[in-house]
Amino acid sequence: MCLGIPGEIVEILQDQPDLATVDISGVRRAINIGLITDDNPQPGDWILIHVGFALSKIDEAEAKAAMDFLEGIGQAYADEIEALMESRIE
Amino acid sequence: MRFVDEYRDAEKARALAASIASLCEPGRQYKFMEVCGGHTHTIYKHGLEDYLPENITLVHGPGCPVCVIPMGRVDDTIHIAEQPDVIMTSFGDMMRVPGGRGSFFDSKANGADIRMVYSPLDALKIARQNPDKKVVFMAIGFETTAPSTAMTVLRAKAEGLTNFSIFCNHVTIIPAIKAILDSPDLRLDGFIGPGHVSTVIGCRPYDFIANEYRKPLVVAGFEPLDILQSIHMLLEQLAEGRSEVENQYGRVVPWEGNVKALKVINETMQLRPYFEWRGLGFISHSALRVRDAYADFDAERIFEIPGSRVADPKACQCGEVLKGVLKPWECKVFGTACTPETPIGTCMVSSEGACAAYYNFGRFTRERVQEATRG
Repeated sequence: MCLGIPGEIVEILQDQPDLATVDISGVRRAINIGLITDDNPQPGDWILIHVGFALSKIDEAEAKAAMDFLEGIGQAYADEIEALMESRIE
Repeated sequence: MRFVDEYRDAEKARALAASIASLCEPGRQYKFMEVCGGHTHTIYKHGLEDYLPENITLVHGPGCPVCVIPMGRVDDTIHIAEQPDVIMTSFGDMMRVPGGRGSFFDSKANGADIRMVYSPLDALKIARQNPDKKVVFMAIGFETTAPSTAMTVLRAKAEGLTNFSIFCNHVTIIPAIKAILDSPDLRLDGFIGPGHVSTVIGCRPYDFIANEYRKPLVVAGFEPLDILQSIHMLLEQLAEGRSEVENQYGRVVPWEGNVKALKVINETMQLRPYFEWRGLGFISHSALRVRDAYADFDAERIFEIPGSRVADPKACQCGEVLKGVLKPWECKVFGTACTPETPIGTCMVSSEGACAAYYNFGRFTRERVQEATRG
């Protein structure tokens, strides 16, 4: 749960503006963007995700670096992604 | 990969290492603490200690939330989970942490309904789907995670849910750093500051380290070059007689942090007078509890909590490891009785714990060093 995972915002849900569909390593999940609304998140923005919430906007280069770091740490990342797959935030 | 290579370039690393060596005063010993478990992981995985001159020692700090939860809080969680009609929810990382009465997995095997969730919002969903059950979320983590719990409590209140609560174990990083600075066991020359915690709290809360304790702190990213550059920045400060807070990870960490995240923590939680940390003992104002206005969502007021106190197993030296007094391999049970598969202490459970990181990567380096010194 300590990990911050990068993802790219695909769509902000019209009926629930705190939620966005986010692409994380090719998987699409709902992520809460309520903590970064002051930064005006938009589709195409990269975000750092922690336990279902976006913590900050990041640039694409940082997202790639973070992703590579995560893939390198092995099991912890596999566990995190597996947990994320189970997640169905509404 | 272009962007990653920029942070991994071995030639740049060697150039930085040479510059680091030139900044060291001959004969002086330097001890820097990396506060965050993510940094510990990078240091071992990439063998960064091999790049550093021998007079620089990296000390691993307490920045792993799973590692600092005392065994009594694990037992208290299990006690709540055993109450009638309770569904306990927890991050996966906590499931294997041994308490005095076993782990969450053991308790689950004995019939308690303990479920792993990815997000507190998943716990909230379980509460919506099970109106006849009491759903409790075992909330842990530093300031990185506390805003997510806070947002979930706010959401539960807005929805009028009456069967959701949190067992709050959130801790705050600053008092832990202060406890380490006040500890007579350890003399540090500077800090590699935590990256993700700082996205929330920003850089200002570290000012006292620079101003009162006269130690430099550099907030650092997680790539090998980030860490080497941070060490370089620390040494520059020392060479110039400065002690300041600097931000090496500006591409992610804003100086002011995430104001909204701090606001929602403050709305729903307040500091406890004190809280027990594994290895560090009781630390004043070092943890959060649910504010009175949100008492309906506080498991500590809904259930009777035994307040278990469990001494760490005698063989376990997690406390010394968490304070940086012992290196992981200096613990008596490291790699023998205590391994990631059968952990005795928390530092071996979490992948960000110093012992697990060392077990997975660092021990090979140490074995090489031992062989070389024997020869």
